[in-house]
Amino acid sequence: MNSDLQDLLEQWEPVIGLEVHVQLATKSKAFSSSAVRFGASPNSLTDPVVLGMPGTLPAFNRAALVLALKLGVATGSKIRARARFARKHYFYPDQPKGYQISQYDEPLCEGGTLEIIHAGAVRRVKLTRIHLEEDAGKNMHVGAFSHVDLNRAGVPLVEVVSAPEMHSADEAAEFMRSLHRLVRWLDISEADMEKGQMRCDANVSVRLRGEDRLGTRTELKNINSFKFVQHAIEHEIVRQVRMLDRGERIVQETRLWDADAGTSQPMRSKETAEDYRYFPDPDLPPVVVDGPMMAATLGAIPELPVVRFERYMRVHEMSADDARTLVGDRALADYFERALEAHSGAKSGRIIANWMLTELLGALNANGQTIAASPMPPERLAAVVELVEKGVISGKIGKEVFEESFKTGDPPMAIVVRRGVQQISDEHKLAEVIEQVVIANPQQVQGYQSGKDNLFGFFVGQVMKLTNGRANPVITSDLLHKRLGR
Amino acid sequence: MTEPAGPKAEITEPHWLSAADLAKHIAAGDVTATRAFDAVVARIRNLDRELGAYLALDGSARAVAIEIDRKRKLNEPLPPLAGVPIAIKDNVVTRGVATTAGSKMLAGWLPPYDATVIEKLRAAGAVIVGKVNCDEFAMGSSTERSAIQRTRNPWDTQRVPGGSSGGSAAAVAAGLCAGALGTDTGGSIRQPAAFCGVVGLKPTYGRVSRWGAIAFASSLDQIGPITRTVEDAALLLEVIAGLDPRDETSIDAPVPRYRDALTGDVAGLRVGIPFEYYEGSVDADVRGALERAKATLVERGALLVDVTLPHTKHALPAYYIVAPAEASSNLARYDGIRFGAAAKGAKNLLDLYMKSRGANFGIEVKRRIMLGTFALRSGYYDAYYKKAQQVRTLIKRDFDKAFQQVDVMLTPTTPSCAFRFGAKTSPLEMYQADVFTLACNLAGLPGISVPCGLSGEGLPIGAQLLGKPLDEATLLRAAHVIEAALGIAKRPKAVS
Amino acid sequence: MPALSRKEVEEIALLARLHLEPDELAQMEIELGAIVEYFAALADVPTEGVPPMTHAVPMDLRLRADEPAPSMSSAEAVAAAPARDGDLFVVPAIIGGGE
Repeated sequence: MNSDLQDLLEQWEPVIGLEVHVQLATKSKAFSSSAVRFGASPNSLTDPVVLGMPGTLPAFNRAALVLALKLGVATGSKIRARARFARKHYFYPDQPKGYQISQYDEPLCEGGTLEIIHAGAVRRVKLTRIHLEEDAGKNMHVGAFSHVDLNRAGVPLVEVVSAPEMHSADEAAEFMRSLHRLVRWLDISEADMEKGQMRCDANVSVRLRGEDRLGTRTELKNINSFKFVQHAIEHEIVRQVRMLDRGERIVQETRLWDADAGTSQPMRSKETAEDYRYFPDPDLPPVVVDGPMMAATLGAIPELPVVRFERYMRVHEMSADDARTLVGDRALADYFERALEAHSGAKSGRIIANWMLTELLGALNANGQTIAASPMPPERLAAVVELVEKGVISGKIGKEVFEESFKTGDPPMAIVVRRGVQQISDEHKLAEVIEQVVIANPQQVQGYQSGKDNLFGFFVGQVMKLTNGRANPVITSDLLHKRLGR
Repeated sequence: MTEPAGPKAEITEPHWLSAADLAKHIAAGDVTATRAFDAVVARIRNLDRELGAYLALDGSARAVAIEIDRKRKLNEPLPPLAGVPIAIKDNVVTRGVATTAGSKMLAGWLPPYDATVIEKLRAAGAVIVGKVNCDEFAMGSSTERSAIQRTRNPWDTQRVPGGSSGGSAAAVAAGLCAGALGTDTGGSIRQPAAFCGVVGLKPTYGRVSRWGAIAFASSLDQIGPITRTVEDAALLLEVIAGLDPRDETSIDAPVPRYRDALTGDVAGLRVGIPFEYYEGSVDADVRGALERAKATLVERGALLVDVTLPHTKHALPAYYIVAPAEASSNLARYDGIRFGAAAKGAKNLLDLYMKSRGANFGIEVKRRIMLGTFALRSGYYDAYYKKAQQVRTLIKRDFDKAFQQVDVMLTPTTPSCAFRFGAKTSPLEMYQADVFTLACNLAGLPGISVPCGLSGEGLPIGAQLLGKPLDEATLLRAAHVIEAALGIAKRPKAVS
Repeated sequence: MPALSRKEVEEIALLARLHLEPDELAQMEIELGAIVEYFAALADVPTEGVPPMTHAVPMDLRLRADEPAPSMSSAEAVAAAPARDGDLFVVPAIIGGGE
């Protein structure tokens, strides 16, 4: 960013709101029992309801409600006792009924907050609403024609709408990451952005700092990766600021992000003004969330990632980066919890995290394995850490023991015993070894005692050589200092 | 109207038997299902060229009749409608049998599934003869709006059979089936039943599954029977009613044996007479017939109670906002992409939509889509659609209040008898034909039209009974009494 | 409430994706205008605080168990399509967006 732009951004404040669509991880569609699967051959996951055939009616999937409710509760949203489905009308080939079943003025969830991890701290972003709706199919462009595949049509979605209260592209990208983490954490969605299971539109405007009113906004579509969210919004902020700086006016429009070109283009204005003609869907009575369902949902919410993030920093004194990495994946964080349970010393949390993030993830990556399928259970990693922490083996040996245990599945202690690599911490034994070294190397002893400090390492090395590296380095060094008199 | 059901009676005209009697005779071995079916088909071949009730015959129907006869020979238990030939309004989906809803839009479409009512009829042993005509997407009151053909009233072939279930009513009246299914959004079962001198029952909203009924106005549509006798209406309702998980608006309530309600006893029954339904332009003949219906009920010990339904006058405008609004939405799926007719050589996508819909919907359907689109536009929604739905609440409250005092209400089904083709020229004039039937749909109540005599011109007149939600039994009981006293003994002259 | 203008009728027809011939447009302008005027009577009905009726029989939504049923085959799915290419529905090229 060049300096005149920096100056401009000191005058202008970006205001960003996101609308994120998240597919819910159900086995069947929102309003019919047609199966949900990614990557099936075209139009092989349909039924008369999905095709919008005459005479068909929607029947709502309980799992979709339960998952949406989970997200509502986890974001502290107000859950509407009687939510309603509404029809949103527009003609498009991927929309079989000519309307989408969505929610309008009576959505399931309103007024929650998403806690995002931004700049190493937790920040709360207000949510306007979370509502249920059905996904559309897919259109594919082939020359003079377009092809339509309706496998995706009817897949249940939640649309999460943030308040327009983010002020940088970076923050918006963190919002996406935090939402992604949360829905995966709660098994609401796999949220694989490459599979379109999570998709984002952004509303961007800028205003002079200190101004209360929002500027004219544009809507960015097709920003379906964390990277695109950041790039597209950054690009849009710059575009708007430059226009305003030149005295031009922002046009309220929808712009399509072209990731390859790194620019956005206004979408061709439609022949008709949008008018979705919402009205309550007469085929679907109100969605009632009763006490037992609410209680079951509340009971099923585990400790949330942001809460763990803060605990890891506060209780276990982890760095924000390490804590964030751990909570980035529920399986990773749960692994950590189990390891900690198996070995819960005062400083163990931080040490276990280090081992996990370096040794364990390194080994898993090298083998193309995931944490969930780790051949090394958390209890075993904890055992290695404990052996090192208690001084049974050195850190260096510890890494070797870890590697062997990872490969063979043998218990760490068994490896230590078999290899005879227990650390020697017995002062008498070490004193004997030191005595041998001193006797065998009179010249070096003399040299050290006459001021050649760098010879100290030589003695440590000799002790290690005679003990096959098993001498406890701290005790060895203490005893050497005493024996050599310096 | 039915032959006396005696042991080993000679059955000469099985097509004129009621559904209940025919089922009994088939079960008793007096007549085979195949013979009953063949008699109906022969009649269709003879008479339907003129009447124009049928749009399609089900080629596999005869095999169903043969199978019933085989079971009967083996003394296997027979279901309640075993061998009874039934006609289906063409806006009810039948697997593998052309279903057009009276529209060019669906010409040639073979549904891959059955409506719930069809599954239930098949399970009850009914023989689905074929599909009968209706106004396009059930939008009309005369069946003149069918894009396929004209259906004539068997009582006077220069007159309309009513609509939109005109094909169903005409086929039942002419003995071209033992009974039929129709759909009723604002009177489309009861009005043609009245015009054709047969019984038409619109059940409580949600009593019968709408799965497979091609939607016109989802919050108003109901499937119901059109039959020659009240007993048949009860029998068919027993078969088709009930909870269906595929229809979220179907009601989870047990289905009574409605025929048990036909006791002939109306002593102490409180019959409401809403004066709003007797005002204004009701024909003298209709008034006279209704007076006889009242007198019949009073003679049998019923009590007449004057009631008022003050919002009745708002029912028609409210209906003509709500129904078209929902229709504009329900008919958005006809876009020439997945099924149905498409414009050839469309230049672009917009062109495909505009021309496919422009060329394949008839003028009445277009008018309703336009009206509905108008009423749902942002900025107009509150003044039209929402306002109309509020008025619906007021209409429902009127009924709730009146039903605290009475058990049923008695009204004319229509202000006049069947009119001549082309008689109603403006849409508003045509809409008036439903003036007495549509409040029932707006309030979700059950209603029945039962014949109560002929006019001076020899045209049938219908009396309408309206009931409390899920109280079809009381409607049927009262209708049965009117039928016994005032039922039309003659057969339609065009077909007798 | 004024009757509908020709322009308004054309806008509604476009929104509803209905091509209307000139004579149909003229007919709609007159007829819809008359019907809309007829609706105007409703404006005078006092409805303040009256809830709109969306369902004739009040009930709660039933929830379906999340159990997938066998799908139609893709051949069945596209069998009735006026234009298809293999297992896909075909429409004229889409330019610009929908939703």
